[in-house]
Amino acid sequence: MKKTKKLILMASVLAAVCAANPALAQQGKDDPLTKYRDMLAGDNPAELSEMKGEALWKTARGPNKVSLEKCDLGVGAGVVAGAYVKLPRYFEDTKMVQDLESRLVTCMVMLQGMTPAEARKNPFSSPGKPSDMEALASYITSQSRGLKMATPLSHPKEKEAYAIGKQIFYYRAGPYDFSCATCHGAPDKRIRLQYLPDLTNPKDAREAYATWPAYRVSQGEVRTMQHRLNDCFRQQRLHEHLYTSDAITALTMFLARNAEGATYNAPALKR
Amino acid sequence: MADPMRIRAAEKAGVTEVKVLMSHEMETGQRKDGAGKIVPAWFIQNVSFKHKDKEVFTAQFGTSISKNPLLSFRFKGAAKGDKIVVNWVDNHGDKRQDEGTVI
Repeated sequence: MKKTKKLILMASVLAAVCAANPALAQQGKDDPLTKYRDMLAGDNPAELSEMKGEALWKTARGPNKVSLEKCDLGVGAGVVAGAYVKLPRYFEDTKMVQDLESRLVTCMVMLQGMTPAEARKNPFSSPGKPSDMEALASYITSQSRGLKMATPLSHPKEKEAYAIGKQIFYYRAGPYDFSCATCHGAPDKRIRLQYLPDLTNPKDAREAYATWPAYRVSQGEVRTMQHRLNDCFRQQRLHEHLYTSDAITALTMFLARNAEGATYNAPALKR
Repeated sequence: MADPMRIRAAEKAGVTEVKVLMSHEMETGQRKDGAGKIVPAWFIQNVSFKHKDKEVFTAQFGTSISKNPLLSFRFKGAAKGDKIVVNWVDNHGDKRQDEGTVI
């Protein structure tokens, strides 16, 4: 009897220590995954994808046989440096808010003369089928590395996209009744060893957004923002969104804007 | 044809550290595709590094090496501005040669 009491006391002390010290909840510097990422940092195979993307950007392709070097990503025709930290944004020529992937499709259609279906054909690579989109996204985002996130929110359409994105983030649906916020709306949550960023907290929101796209070691490819969002929707058991859909752009707008001020540091390296 | 390699070589106090990222699928030959068929092995077999026509490093790779492998080594005798020539050959006979400059 006495022994049981002592055990209960010990257990409650341990619980109190765990609650007071979030580092014990597998976060921060002692998190094995953080250590793993630190070990791999600096020699990121995403660089291979960046090089490939740069070559693709400058190669004349499509029925019109032109390169993407005149493509306007929002900071002027052909300007790549610093373009990504100001996306998504409203584009006057298409009269809509677009993220990087959606804008690339527009450029492939308008400049290179591809059909929208051709441009959206292979957004995510699979073994033996490399994706141009992933390579282009790697190159363009790499040209914003070290800059501060500054997604604009002044045009009414941008505000509208942000509001819709916010609604999607908190919208519970599917057989599990999950929203994005179920996993990413509270501190100190994790799945197995993986610490889940709380995207309603500016610190986590900045860190998360500023490290996508990323080379995923488990997949051996650079994955784009939409690939990441699709993965969340898959885990919510929702349908897969069409590539570059307005819903994805709106959610990206919400996440990008919440990461305002973050120092952009991608393509990153992830498990 | 294979995609280019990323070569970095930095000289410090007489020692040159070379780091190379190679773009390759590195299939082990043990995976199955969606239809249940074995994906044939496809991997880099031989890698060689030359400095001024002299071989400074060679390696034999097998199927246990990861996709898009990173290889790093150090050697003495190079000066800033020298060229490092890297070659690989895979089991299909596909080749790739790239050149880097010591900084």
